[in-house]
Amino acid sequence: MSVLKVTDLHASIGDVEILRGVDLEVSSGEVHALMGPNGSGKSTLSHVLMGRDDYTVTSGSVTIDGEELLGLPTWKRARKGLFLTHQYPVEIVGVRVVDLVTAATDGEADAGGRIATEASRLAVRDEFLTRGVNVEFSGGEQKRAETLQLAVLEPRFAVLDEIDSGLDVDALRDVSRRIEAMTEETGLGVLAITHYARLLTELRPDRVHVFMGGRVVTSGGPELADELEAGGYDGLAARLGIEVPSPVAAAEKPLDPFATPGF
Amino acid sequence: MTDHSFTPLAAGALGGPDWLVARRAVAAEQLAELVWPTDSEEVWRYSRVNQFDLAQYRPMTAEELGAPDVESAPGGGPLAAELGERAALIVVRDGRVVHHELDDELIEQGVTVCGIATCEADAVEPFLGTVSSASPDAFTVLHDAFLAGGAFVRVPRGVVVERPIVVLHWAEGEGMASFPHTLVVADEGSEVTIVERHASAPHVNHLVDSVVELAIADNAHVRHVSIQEYGDHTWSVALQRAHLGRDARLSSSAVALGGDYARLRTESRLDGAGAESDLLAVYFGDGNQMHDFRTFQDHVAPRTRSDLLFKGAVEDTARSVYSGLIRIRPDAQKVEATQSNRNLVLTEGAGAESIPNLEIEADDVRCSHASTVGPIDDDQRYYLESRGVRPEDAERLIVLGFFEDVFSRLPVPALATPLRRAVHEKVGHLHGDAS
Repeated sequence: MSVLKVTDLHASIGDVEILRGVDLEVSSGEVHALMGPNGSGKSTLSHVLMGRDDYTVTSGSVTIDGEELLGLPTWKRARKGLFLTHQYPVEIVGVRVVDLVTAATDGEADAGGRIATEASRLAVRDEFLTRGVNVEFSGGEQKRAETLQLAVLEPRFAVLDEIDSGLDVDALRDVSRRIEAMTEETGLGVLAITHYARLLTELRPDRVHVFMGGRVVTSGGPELADELEAGGYDGLAARLGIEVPSPVAAAEKPLDPFATPGF
Repeated sequence: MTDHSFTPLAAGALGGPDWLVARRAVAAEQLAELVWPTDSEEVWRYSRVNQFDLAQYRPMTAEELGAPDVESAPGGGPLAAELGERAALIVVRDGRVVHHELDDELIEQGVTVCGIATCEADAVEPFLGTVSSASPDAFTVLHDAFLAGGAFVRVPRGVVVERPIVVLHWAEGEGMASFPHTLVVADEGSEVTIVERHASAPHVNHLVDSVVELAIADNAHVRHVSIQEYGDHTWSVALQRAHLGRDARLSSSAVALGGDYARLRTESRLDGAGAESDLLAVYFGDGNQMHDFRTFQDHVAPRTRSDLLFKGAVEDTARSVYSGLIRIRPDAQKVEATQSNRNLVLTEGAGAESIPNLEIEADDVRCSHASTVGPIDDDQRYYLESRGVRPEDAERLIVLGFFEDVFSRLPVPALATPLRRAVHEKVGHLHGDAS
């Protein structure tokens, strides 16, 4: 049993504070959903957890089983058991999944064999394994390939950054089922970042956190997702007696065409 | 007393067959008036030609080269072994053939593999210089004045040589200059693959002034691979030029890894309708190296096609230059030509110049050019590192991946492994890692 713990995490880009005191705790085998409107800082949280150097952490802590990850370079965080599925996986010409997995494990894993097994579970066709990673992949192929890497590398915790964006129904179901199976097979703990409740019909969360203005404003069970579905962020904010904060982070990339504006 | 400078007397003293001595004499006559280029000339812009001083070198004497018919070196070495089966092997030291061998079966089919100075004169003389003389500069004049031998390959009409013909060039000798030459004549409808490796002794100041001529007749197909792994103090100026007949085809790949300053002119003239030329290159400079490429896709005839893809990387304080021209002559209608140069700059002290050019005199053509110079993409690096890939491995993967589309298209697939290894070592060196 492992615990990923985020305590009072603050982070900025330049002078702009994006994360304003994030607290979260995810245990092995659990699925936590982190839901928030565009610009609330959700994606920033995923990259700050992974250690992207565009952000400055000003205070707080991120631990796995008490071991501090802040201050470690990205690759070491990954080797401590943290995995990020990227919202926009970048194309890398000439680098196949097998090359990536071999390098990520210093050649220790039976990369070819494990990739073949996962490819059949996730319906990833061979042509996507022989090509450079993400090169000319559709949205669905990208997320299947992200999930394949997740399954092969077997981390302790996975942060899913809008894994539901750009996915068709079949791919969403395949990806969700595989991740859910990992929570049972390997005890994977999941932090699923989304602004779209559709994911949560496939990937059933144990806890739902609502993220606004760079922090978690309320947490609850799956019923919280239902409340958001019915009343939107405005309705929830009214119940909590807070204002929906103006965006702290501009959406960096084009919005998800599947997303309903305002949720 | 031997004259150690580049004079007509020194050129004459090199010996060899009368026709070759006479040919050298014609070029040597021009030496006294030869004007050495400077980097103010467009074709030498960004080059290191201003640092060139011929007086730092001297030509080899006939004694140093050895008699043309004495073949002292059993050739090969590790690269020849790695290539696997071959049809023929020619070993050239300091520009003179010191070993050659050819499969009996190909001898029976009339294939010729020999040294330029030792072949039957009638076999070589009519072809020597027919391609290179169309693109002279000061270095080709010097080359012709001291050309004492080199590799000659001729494939007769309709003959298909399945396995590669390997030519290994080696240069050594502090303060000396050598003038390797390779002449390939592919007769009508023939097919041949030539793999050349150019190497020289490390830490030795040496000038290599080399020429490769590819005469490709109608319907013939030549695949040419050139791997340049000169020592770190070698100055190299090379011309590789092809003339293509009707429906002829050239698939050329150049790999440049070595040298101090190494310049290669890669030129392809499409004389016959329907001819096709594919020019690929990979180059990777480190330390204070400079790789300097000038390319010319010269479309003379209609319905010709040419593609060019040159990919390079520089690290430390290395520099590279790519300057390329596609020229479509007035009669060359229905031509397709592309030119693409991509550069990775791996360290702040390194730099790459990229200058693509088009000169189009026909109206019904499809041409494109593209060039990029930049560092490794941070998003790619971050993506790999987020999987647990060490930063130095991420960089290696990205650089190897960048070159992979050229390596995977090499006409001799067995070469890809040693070349990937060579690139791997160059990237590794950046991180001070000995492996």
